[in-house]
Formats: sequence, structure tokens, C-alpha cells
Amino acid sequence: MSTSEDSLITTEVSSERTGRSDRPDETVLAARDLDVYYGDERALASVDVEIPEHKVTAIIGPSGCGKSTFLRCINRMNDQIAVCRVDGDLSFHGKNVYDDDVDPVALRRRVGMVFQKPNPFPKSIYDNVAYGLRIQGFDGDMDARVEEALRGAALWDEVKDQLDSSGLDLSGGQQQRLCIARAIAPDPEVILMDEPTSALDPVAASKIEDLIDELAEQYTVVIVTHNMQQAARISDKTAVFLTGGKLVEFNETAKVFENPDEPRVEEYITGKFG
Amino acid sequence: MSDDSDRKRRPDGGTATERNRGEELFADIDLRREHLKNRAFLGLIFAASMFGVVALALLLLDVVTDFYVGITEFEISLIQFFTVDGSRRPENAGFFGAIIASVMLMALTAVLSFFVGVGAAIYLEEYAPNNRITRLIKANLSNLAGVPSIVYGLLVLAALVNGIGVGPILLAGSVALALLVMPIIIVSAQEAIRAVPDGVRNGSYATGATKWQTIRQVVLPSAMPGILTGTILALARAIGETAPLLMVGALFVNRTPFGPFDRFSGMPTQIYAWAAEPSQHFIHLAAVGIVVLLTILLSMNAVAVYLRNKYETAV
Repeated sequence: MSTSEDSLITTEVSSERTGRSDRPDETVLAARDLDVYYGDERALASVDVEIPEHKVTAIIGPSGCGKSTFLRCINRMNDQIAVCRVDGDLSFHGKNVYDDDVDPVALRRRVGMVFQKPNPFPKSIYDNVAYGLRIQGFDGDMDARVEEALRGAALWDEVKDQLDSSGLDLSGGQQQRLCIARAIAPDPEVILMDEPTSALDPVAASKIEDLIDELAEQYTVVIVTHNMQQAARISDKTAVFLTGGKLVEFNETAKVFENPDEPRVEEYITGKFG
Repeated sequence: MSDDSDRKRRPDGGTATERNRGEELFADIDLRREHLKNRAFLGLIFAASMFGVVALALLLLDVVTDFYVGITEFEISLIQFFTVDGSRRPENAGFFGAIIASVMLMALTAVLSFFVGVGAAIYLEEYAPNNRITRLIKANLSNLAGVPSIVYGLLVLAALVNGIGVGPILLAGSVALALLVMPIIIVSAQEAIRAVPDGVRNGSYATGATKWQTIRQVVLPSAMPGILTGTILALARAIGETAPLLMVGALFVNRTPFGPFDRFSGMPTQIYAWAAEPSQHFIHLAAVGIVVLLTILLSMNAVAVYLRNKYETAV
């Protein structure tokens, strides 16, 4: 446990949090020749990608192209799937997260995640947000951290008078922001989002989109989305996966959407397939 | 078909001609026999489903009649019944010792079976790899649930009462009952744990929780109402079990047990002993005992149903 914690923090990270536009890209996550198999089936094929710090990186592609698989590789949630096997390198601050001395539990404390379907715990709103800090043995000012996280998720004003009521009583969009608050409360570096708005109505979805924009000032955000307009609106960089688990294009979002290098990407974006 | 829908749109006299037309159209199809069969079979299976209800009602009627006769003709005092131990003389006999013995039995059985049962369920659902050993355990569980209760009594008689030589003590009885209900508790706890959505498990793991933290803080609290419901139903079965208690020697004891290492006779064994007496007075004492036992048993079931209804929409 302690060795893996150490190995994850040896690389110094700048804690300065300035605006995200005028900064040179510093790579937080890098995949090199990453292959993933479910049993005999290959879900990702030699993916190479470098995800910059404090930016929003969108991952788009048709169903079954491996974009969620890639996201779940980053915080090793794929470890839960017995038949899943990962080859190649996926490094977080230069450290391969699949090395033997990396504890996936420690990794997930640095890399938070928000799921497609809002999944608050059947606990109070307060306990949902405090969960990550409690399991890490945090004994500081919990009330302040809960408030900070709920403000960060743009939910505080709506729930500040009902912190003791169940998280399941909230609307779908509020539940999803509660899950975001839960993910940011322990102050991770990276937040992974797996189609976070696909189960929500358009108003709730646009609130989450605004929120993602703000989150990028403090966190590195990697978001999988089915919605190309959404990717174009909120992301700085876009990775396009196409069928067979191949990453076919990765570039500045504007470049990918306006003038992609790959003709197949253009076809996908203009709706010719997928 | 399109002809038909055209007709419907016509405002005047459509329905009558339609009906005539329908009779003509299907005149060659005779379904009366088939519909008759349908109704006959419905009657048959309805009777089958009522059989259990009627049998239970008759049983209750019989017991309540005996209860009434016992209270009126044999002047069994309910106050005495609830406050006095058993006795060889029917007019001095009460149920107090048996009730206390059964309460102690249930408490010990609950402690013995709950933690082991829930522990096994957690292992099987959350940890166990899908291999031959796991499958063997799971297959064995359903077999164990079908083992006759007297066999558990025999096992405890051989292993504890005579084997270690503890004698016919209350603890031995509760060990037999705990073994009897453990498979039921394990299976119901497994179902409750399985019903917890994977989404919340993943949410917990993704927040950086270990497996045990996830189980302890998220899975078990969600599954607990289901686990408790299953446990209460299992204990309700155990409280009425007679055979394993007879096997470990819970008979011919009339007094209240002092503790788990004392000799005892629970409610069902006391009823059994009374019902075997030739005296009518004893037999009606047994009827009163049955009413008490059934009341406790049905209350336990009611609590279980209440818990299930209260929490089934929570997650």
C-alpha cells in the first residue's frame, strides 16, 4: 500500500491552478501501445494517446468502439471484470498504473469517476459526498469539505437545506451532480466521465456541461460522450475511436471537427456512419 | 381489413351490420368446447390454490375451539398459564418456563446462525471465484436446506450431547436449530446482496474504497432489510421446530432454564408432551399453548413482511 502511494506521488505535479487556455500542455495520462482484451476479443488495439493536464479531453466514437473500455482502464475499473486483460503501458504522471506496485485503490483516490447512470448511494446527501473522505480516514472539517464539493458541483444552493435527506430523492440531474460532488470531494487530480449526460434531460445535461467547463480549471477531465455537439462544445482535445478499438484521430477539438486528417473521421462526424 | 376500417368511419348504423358480419365471418369456427375446457381448468387450479387456505382455516378453527373449551370448561387461567412453570398436575401447569426457554433458544440461534450465515453469503456473493469449489458449496446449500430437521437433532445429539458430553442443555438445542436455519439465512442473504445494484458498488470502488469498505458501507446497509427479513422468517421456522429439540433431549423438564447450560423444554416440546398425556385437561393446555405459539409465529412473519414492504422501494 505505502509503496504504491509513494510511487504515484514521486512525480512532482505543479499545484498552481491558473486558467486553462494559456498554459503549455503537461501530460497527465499517457497510453502507449495499449491493448485490451475481453477473453479472446480485442476491445482496444494499440492505443497511443497523451491527455493534457487541466483540460477537457473528449472521447467519441460509435457504440462498441472501446471508448468506455479505455476510460475504465485509466482507473483500473476493468480489474472488476475477470476476463479483461490489459497489455501495454498506461501511465499516470509517468508511472505505469498496471505495474505490480500500483494499488488500484490508491490510484482511484487520485482518479475519480462519474458514471453514465447516476449512482448515488442509498444514504443522505451529506454522507454521499463525505463518503470518499471518510473511507480515506479524513478527520478535518468535514462540513466545510462537503459544502465545498457541493458548491463545486453546482448543487449546494439546491440542497443546502436538505443535506440529511436521501440522495435518491433528488432528480436525475441533481443525482448526477451529487455523484460529481462525491467524485471531487476527496480532491482527485483527474475526473473520468462515462457519458455523464446521456441519461439526463437536455436542461439537466446543459447544467452538467457548464459544470464540466468549470471543473477543468481544477481538474483534468476525460469525458466519453455519444453526443458530438457536446464534445465540440466542451472539450479542448478530442480523441476519435472507430470500430475495432482503434484510436484513429487525436487532436485539438477544433481541428478534429473542422478539418480532420482521417477521411473516416470526417465521415463519422458528418453522420455518414455510426 | 381495410374494408372494416372504412365501415367504422361511416356515421350511421355501422355497429349493427358489423356484428352480423362478424357472425357470418367466423361461423365456421367453433370454440365452445375449447372455452369450456378453459373454464374447467381454471376451476381446477383455483380449487388447488384454495386447498392450503382452507386447510389452514380448518386447523385454526380446531385449535381455537379447543382453546375456547380449555378456557371455559377446564378453567385454564391465562394469567397462570403465562406466569407458572409446567407441572405434573394439570391444574397447576403453566407455559412460562417453555416460553422463556423458547425465547432463549431463539436469541442463541439468531446469534449463532446470523453471523455465520451472513458471512457465508458475503463470501459467496462478493468474493468467491466462479470455480468448482464455489459451485460445490452452492449446490450443497440447497441440499442442506432440504435435510429433515430431525437429522440436525441427531447430529447434535451425537456430536455435542453425547459426543462431548454436554448433556441435553439449551445451548445444544440452539446449535441444532442454528444448523437447521443457516441454509435459509444464507440463501436469503445472498438474494438480498445480489439485489444491490452494481452501480453503487462501482461508485464506491471508483471513489477509492477497498472491497471491504464497499461491502461494509454500501452493500450491507442496502441489503440489511432483506437479510433481516430472511432471518426473521428463518427464526419463525425454528421456533416451531419440535423434532431436533426432542432429539437433543428437551423433554420431561417443567421449569424455567437458568441459562444456556441448563436443561430445558421449549414451547413446541412442551405442547408435544402435553398432547401425549391421556388427561383431557392436558390436551386443552396443549391447545392454549398452540395458540400462543402460533400468535408469536404469525407476529414474526408479520414483522418480516412489514420490513420487506417498508424497504423494498428504498433502493
